[in-house]
Amino acid sequence: MDWDFFIELGLGGLTRGSIYALIAIGYTMVYGIIELINFAHGEIYMLGAFTGLIVAGVMGVYGFPVFAILLMAIVIAVLYCAAYGYTMEKVAYKPLRGAARLSPLISAIGMSLFLQNYIILAQTSDFLPFPELIPDFEFMEPVAHIFGSTDLVIVVASSVSMLALTLFIKFTKMGKAMRATAQNRKMAMLLGINADKIISTTFIIGSSLAALGGVLVSTHSGQLNFMIGFIAGVKAFTAAVLGGIGSIPGAMLGGLFLGLTESYAAGYISSDYEDVFAFSLLVIFLIFRPSGILGKAPVEKV
Amino acid sequence: MTFSGLVKSIVTGLAVTALCVPAFAADTIKLGVAGAHSGDLASYGLPTVNAAKVVVEKINAAGGVNGKQVELLIQDDQCKPEQATNVATKLISDGANVVLGHICSGATKAALPIYTEGKLIAMSPSATNPMLTQSGDYPTFFRTIASDDMQARLGVDFAIDKLGAKKIAVLHDKGDYGKGYAEFARKFIEEGGKAEVVMFEGVTPGAPDYSAVVQKIRRFKADTVIYGGYHPEASKLISQMRKKRIKANFVSDDGVKDDTFIKVAGKKAEGVYASGPIDVSDLPMYQEAIAAHVKMFGTEPGAFYPAAYAATVAMLTAIERADSTDYDAVTAKLRGEFVETPIGKIKFNEKGDAEGVGFSMYQVQNGKYVELK
Repeated sequence: MDWDFFIELGLGGLTRGSIYALIAIGYTMVYGIIELINFAHGEIYMLGAFTGLIVAGVMGVYGFPVFAILLMAIVIAVLYCAAYGYTMEKVAYKPLRGAARLSPLISAIGMSLFLQNYIILAQTSDFLPFPELIPDFEFMEPVAHIFGSTDLVIVVASSVSMLALTLFIKFTKMGKAMRATAQNRKMAMLLGINADKIISTTFIIGSSLAALGGVLVSTHSGQLNFMIGFIAGVKAFTAAVLGGIGSIPGAMLGGLFLGLTESYAAGYISSDYEDVFAFSLLVIFLIFRPSGILGKAPVEKV
Repeated sequence: MTFSGLVKSIVTGLAVTALCVPAFAADTIKLGVAGAHSGDLASYGLPTVNAAKVVVEKINAAGGVNGKQVELLIQDDQCKPEQATNVATKLISDGANVVLGHICSGATKAALPIYTEGKLIAMSPSATNPMLTQSGDYPTFFRTIASDDMQARLGVDFAIDKLGAKKIAVLHDKGDYGKGYAEFARKFIEEGGKAEVVMFEGVTPGAPDYSAVVQKIRRFKADTVIYGGYHPEASKLISQMRKKRIKANFVSDDGVKDDTFIKVAGKKAEGVYASGPIDVSDLPMYQEAIAAHVKMFGTEPGAFYPAAYAATVAMLTAIERADSTDYDAVTAKLRGEFVETPIGKIKFNEKGDAEGVGFSMYQVQNGKYVELK
């Protein structure tokens, strides 16, 4: 067994998996609270990337240092997308809260198409270059071959934000209220929890993480266009389902699991079958453990 | 086909039948123009129609071909094979002498058996599928564009002879075009026996990260990567290769020979090789053809316009030289004599491919594609 190659692929899978996990959290949180698959979540990720590009472009003109640009790009993208996520929920989902389950789902698909076309009109449908915001600092030689600075930043940034989120959910009053709402919204409301506020917070947190992912991934891959949210969204959704939709640690685990599976499948078999393995994994899970890795089987509420 | 177009062709058809007394030949030369003129691929087909209009107006104003005026029979197949067969049948029954088209390889393939049976010459400016000529099944088919395999041949020969490649990783984007190019490349490398294909794989378009593929390129110690596909994946691939310190040469196709590639990949694009159509923009006839389009339509022509212009000129010149519209006579002239066109001096080989058109290799040097002579 060629251990070097095994480790290389593992690190590649880790990078990929952290990205999936970061986006998957948004899907899983929204589903956990209002049982909606927010199909427009991938587009928030794409909007985050575009915001980052615009900030980087403007600040680049004024000659700010790269580190400051990266920081500002992330901060502004996060704020902007948080506002987008908040508004999206108010416009597209809140009016449909009492409706049949299919209606908000269709509204989500509509929102996704709307945002894609909005970017085509407001920006362009072409591929755009994304500046290298994470400087390519040199590692020691054997490491430089397998793990770059952008990989490191992606893994660290997503781990830190996921840890922060976990602590937030576990120890703050807001986090407790969120958990209560996820468990039983009606009961939580009866106990004086403002469910609307909780739902808005969920959208804000999910969108912020997606925006962070958008900026980091674009600087990693060096390019973006209006379609990047679709593919990332499908993969992150798969990760969320694998981990057990509704569970935040599940989304993280599912993301990593998916990233590693793809990386090893591409490395040892062929990247032709990358997607085949990812989705076969999903099917196998749905057959043998439909609730995902950490999901709980739904209990009929009486 | 539009309704008015239908009416027009019926009326012309009737008029021609009425006028034709068996003892006399028809008094015009009928040039069929078939391709996608509506639908989502119209942007490929319409430049062909414009090219035919520009050439025919010029020739008619100068007295026509051997004293006969040229008449256009324009038919829309929307690049759909089932429409293409209808169009072909229609053109034959309308008495077309030669056909400019079709545009898409699929539609062309559907129409060709009908032309073969009717002994009607068809010349495409854009159908690049290699089998159309190489199968030898369609002796009435010609084209003024190089087929897909010629690019792969050029890329492989360049990599092995000029760059000294020994271990080649052949990659593609899993699409029809990219995978086709890559499969030809693999075939040519294996047939040549001078280099080895160390990996043959497709990357997933849109995936956030290609590190697994990049690690494999290193693991198999490939000295050259031949990539079939378009620029977004190519730029992501080259960026990640260079970031992970892989110095292998990168050779690709005209999907990558696009300025967007340089714009997106930036400095990492330096030194990348990509093949593209031979640069003919210096030819006087090319410039003249573009100017004629601007004068007649007020816009710059679209893709395939020069190739369509060349095809029209080639067919009409062959008819003039043969002084006949007979299949055997015209074919002999197409195959036997060079003709001056906007894409260079061309004639056709036995299979129907144009000699003199093709691809050359370009390299990114200082942020620009430079043709390597």
